[in-house]
Amino acid sequence: MLIKISSLDVKYGYKTVLKNMNLTLDSGEIVTIVGPNGSGKTTLFKAIIGAIPISKGKIYTKPNLRIGYVPQQLKIDQTLPITVERFLKLAHKNFNRSLDKIEALLGSKDLLNIQVNNLSGGQMQRVLLARALINNPEILLLDEATRGLDQPGVASFYRKIENIRNSTNCAILMISHDLHVVMSSSNRVICVNGHICCEGAPESVATSPEYKALFGSDVDGTFALYRHHHDHKHDSKIER
Amino acid sequence: MLDDFMTRATLAGIGVSLAAAPLGCFVVWRRMAYFGEATAHAAMLGIAISLTFEFSVLAGAILVSLIMASSVTFLEGRSLFLDTLLGVAGHSSIAAGLVIVSFISGVRIDLMAYLIGDILAVSNMDILMIWVGVGIIFSLVIWRWSPLLLVTMSEDLASASGYNPKKENFAITLSLAIVVAVGIKVVGVLLIIALLIIPAASARSVASSPESMGIIAAVIGVLSSLLGLNAAYLFDTPTGPSIVCVASLFFFILTTVNVFFKNKI
Repeated sequence: MLIKISSLDVKYGYKTVLKNMNLTLDSGEIVTIVGPNGSGKTTLFKAIIGAIPISKGKIYTKPNLRIGYVPQQLKIDQTLPITVERFLKLAHKNFNRSLDKIEALLGSKDLLNIQVNNLSGGQMQRVLLARALINNPEILLLDEATRGLDQPGVASFYRKIENIRNSTNCAILMISHDLHVVMSSSNRVICVNGHICCEGAPESVATSPEYKALFGSDVDGTFALYRHHHDHKHDSKIER
Repeated sequence: MLDDFMTRATLAGIGVSLAAAPLGCFVVWRRMAYFGEATAHAAMLGIAISLTFEFSVLAGAILVSLIMASSVTFLEGRSLFLDTLLGVAGHSSIAAGLVIVSFISGVRIDLMAYLIGDILAVSNMDILMIWVGVGIIFSLVIWRWSPLLLVTMSEDLASASGYNPKKENFAITLSLAIVVAVGIKVVGVLLIIALLIIPAASARSVASSPESMGIIAAVIGVLSSLLGLNAAYLFDTPTGPSIVCVASLFFFILTTVNVFFKNKI
């Protein structure tokens, strides 16, 4: 077991963002988290990496767990000149940061001398993924890593993630807004809205009433409209 | 004895510029200019308190700047109007400092010396303090360079890599308080932020890595204080403002050249 989260609460000020979260993650698992904006998905990640304090519950992580974290986005101030190579070498404490390895992870060396600020969305995503993989992570946290990619881009990204899982047996926990592509590749889907609404195998989640209540019944379309209230009930009607 | 006070002033100027340069880069990268200014303004309150109770001005300035910077860092993320809060705290402390100083009877205190510096009056002790400050800041910044850079780019990435952003942020806060305190004699509480930001901003247009930006900023800072000092002597102008004017000239020239010839910005 790599991570075990039990009855976790996270608050920002007086506002409870996550309530009674329970989650276990084992090596080799691909788990996808879906949920509306503001449902606490990113907050969960921040709690796992220890970037925010938790107000209740426990997060157990395997001692010296190597985490590869791919944030939703990375905005570096225009005044900071830094090349991709330097950025990647900055990655982790005490780790093999040889140029060969970095090149292998990036897939080419054409990005190495570009300023991080001048990267396109897709290039940035490659760089951030490479960075997350430098320390041979046991768990990979992907926060909407496919944002800004076109459909073939997303497909090849997920293939890449699956390959990484297959070759390294690392666990993958990803936040997704892109419902139907995720469905095919994950072992478990967790539907979050401040708390866990439902979870299970992709098919069972996709057909569960809680999930439909949150995202609408048209789950494999590109539009999943939903009305979200903080005190929502799971049988609430969806207006489209 | 011209040589004597000019030598002391030169040593003090070089020291403060060196201490300010690497730190100034972080101030620019992290958009902490206003934070730095508020910290510097808080030093005036520290000066007033130390004058009232007759202890070291340097200690008073460091202490109050540190309290100010730490409490603001603490509030960061907890308060939505940090910017306003900085303005309130910074300007209140400089005003309070000036009021308190006016109550001190007996000794006539030259306020301008604290506001814009009086580099020609630095003592050997001041120089020693400045260079101790340079030493502390250099060791801190060099020791923590990589984590500091990472925290500057993304606190979450730093957390995930096993660093503690709070600890790294405190290193910046502490260095800032030290620079402000040792810079008082040279450029004063009003202009120290200029010595932090302007060399770093000038270096930006010619630098291609964080390290080179720090080094170029240091060179520009040192040149500015040398040229400014001599200009002040030559034209009989106030020294602190003259140094800052030269630094601004560097900024203007380097940025213009860059815009016209390289279009990098």
